[in-house]
Amino acid sequence: MRRFLLIAVPYFWLLALFLVPFVIVFKISLSDIALAIPPYTPTLDFSAGWAGVRAFFSALDFENFTWLTQDDLYWKAYLSSLWIALISTAITLAVGYPIAYAMARAPEEWRPTLMMLVILPFWTSFLIRVYAWMGILSQEGFLNQFLMWLGIINEPLTILNTNTAVYIGIVYTYLPFMILPIYAALDRLDESLIEAAEDLGCSRLSAFWLVTVPLSRNGIAAGSFLVFIPALGEFVIPSLLGGSGTLMIGKVLWEEFFSNRDWPVASAVAIILLAILVIPIVLFQRNQQKQAEAEQ
Amino acid sequence: MQSTVFTPWEDPDAKPLIRFQNVTKRFGTFTAIDDLSLDIYEREFFALLGPSGCGKTTMMRMLGGFETPTEGRIELAGKDIVGVPPNKRAVNMMFQSYALFPHLSVWDNIAFGLRRDGKPKAEIEARVAEMLKLTRLEKFAGRKPHQISGGQRQRVALARSLAKAPKLLLLDEPLGALDAKLRQDTQFELMDIQEKTGTTFVIVTHDQEEAMTVASRVAVMDEGRLIQVATPDRIYESPANVYVADFIGDVNIIEGRATPGEDDTYAIDWAEGEVPLQATSATRFDKGQTCYLAIRPEKVTISTDRPEGAVNAVQGKVLDIAYLGNLSTYHVELPSGMVIKAQTANTRRISRRSFTWEDPVWLSWTVTGGVLLAG
Repeated sequence: MRRFLLIAVPYFWLLALFLVPFVIVFKISLSDIALAIPPYTPTLDFSAGWAGVRAFFSALDFENFTWLTQDDLYWKAYLSSLWIALISTAITLAVGYPIAYAMARAPEEWRPTLMMLVILPFWTSFLIRVYAWMGILSQEGFLNQFLMWLGIINEPLTILNTNTAVYIGIVYTYLPFMILPIYAALDRLDESLIEAAEDLGCSRLSAFWLVTVPLSRNGIAAGSFLVFIPALGEFVIPSLLGGSGTLMIGKVLWEEFFSNRDWPVASAVAIILLAILVIPIVLFQRNQQKQAEAEQ
Repeated sequence: MQSTVFTPWEDPDAKPLIRFQNVTKRFGTFTAIDDLSLDIYEREFFALLGPSGCGKTTMMRMLGGFETPTEGRIELAGKDIVGVPPNKRAVNMMFQSYALFPHLSVWDNIAFGLRRDGKPKAEIEARVAEMLKLTRLEKFAGRKPHQISGGQRQRVALARSLAKAPKLLLLDEPLGALDAKLRQDTQFELMDIQEKTGTTFVIVTHDQEEAMTVASRVAVMDEGRLIQVATPDRIYESPANVYVADFIGDVNIIEGRATPGEDDTYAIDWAEGEVPLQATSATRFDKGQTCYLAIRPEKVTISTDRPEGAVNAVQGKVLDIAYLGNLSTYHVELPSGMVIKAQTANTRRISRRSFTWEDPVWLSWTVTGGVLLAG
């Protein structure tokens, strides 16, 4: 009985905080748009008794999901989001790995400070940091001024309101999520393994590819998922830094909800996004589990 | 049949495989190795023995190429190897932690070095099979390092470091992680493998028993210097000084003043009102020079009566008995308060033991039983 209670608590939270909201959103996605509060029909009317419940269920349909396949805006937005998330993850990995490597190789007494510096940006509001990038990347921004002062360019570059700015924003924002798991993996790496590889005929570089990289694979996977999953549904960065040509599903979702006030379609978009996200999330969980098993 | 005995260090024409020439290694202001010269010969099983921090691991890491000497030269087969990176040396190392690659199977661990040399596939397979057979690991080829026992891991590490048939194999505390029983078996296995492969082994250890068991020669080190380099029996029987005598095995040290007698015999005044002790020594001592007589406990005879004709005999009473099963060590207190240890084999049942606590006994030893040391 006590065991049951112990297990019941986390399940209750899961039910209350995940399953119930999901069911509500799913129900809205099956409803129709209406000029009312809330802006959809049907709503469940218990006062009508059994007939009311039956009327409620008969009014639900998959119309909104069909609509998503008919208008090419949606699948283009999904594809474009996947693409942007994928590219950003790759860039974040390319930037984050050397930083994590340098941190793990730094003298012991420096590591807490370096770790602090990686986490430090979190102390400022995410929104303010994205606005700061607008100041840096705009036509008259710091970056253009600096490059013109150096004489590298004559005309200011158009970076803000392009996909490039979105990549910069995502890489900047999610970099710590990439660095920390890779750093954790590299920090655990026994230095004598590298020495053993060199002793057996590896150059520094091949020891890195044959020993360091495979042994930090779990950190790379964890970091990549931690960047890819939120980047896929990202809304703030593309809407602030991206241009009209930047198509991301998070932005479409926002517009459906707040501009069109079409809650049912927006809910359908969210449900599909969730379905897409389930795949990497399951892969991520399996990776974590494998890592835990390997450490036993 | 003198020629069959393996003693290249006594042959003036023999070319050493490794030659340390006035090697000094400093880490900042700390001197780890202090102007050290040493020759190690081919096919030797050479032990570097000393307490932790004596510089033995630094010596090994310099041979492996992981450290460069601050001063001096290190030669391998006549060529200076200072500055040659580890991957360009015909030297392999077995790490104290074994350093097995956790993401590779036993087979792939052993094949790792061979693959780096770009050897043909068939040759690699043959060599790995040979190594697996040598270390009796055939059954575990497909396992990952975390799926095998400590003793098996140790053998994988050995097989991996031997796979490339190095001129020199370095072993850093190879048996440190094994329990006593397994360690003993493995010591003989190591000697066996060394003999079969004909590789020169240099082993670093702080365990004097291990060094004595496996090595053809032992170098006793302290504070970055070599104190004595000799065969295990010479290290034990004729230690160079009190440090070596004390570090290797159990010993009684009696301080006194030497008076030269006939035929390299010295009379040693060691306590007020006691008969001087007699000992022979090849090294000269001046009259009145301070000297230390080192006597191994097993060379001291214990008896109830004064043995007739004994040159050195002292009386005392039994203070303590350490019963080790096959041996017993008696701690005998002399009237001066000094404690001398005497060891006897327990050839009789313990119930028939002649002495017990507080019994008055005589301790005696021959004129050659002890070693006279200057310091």
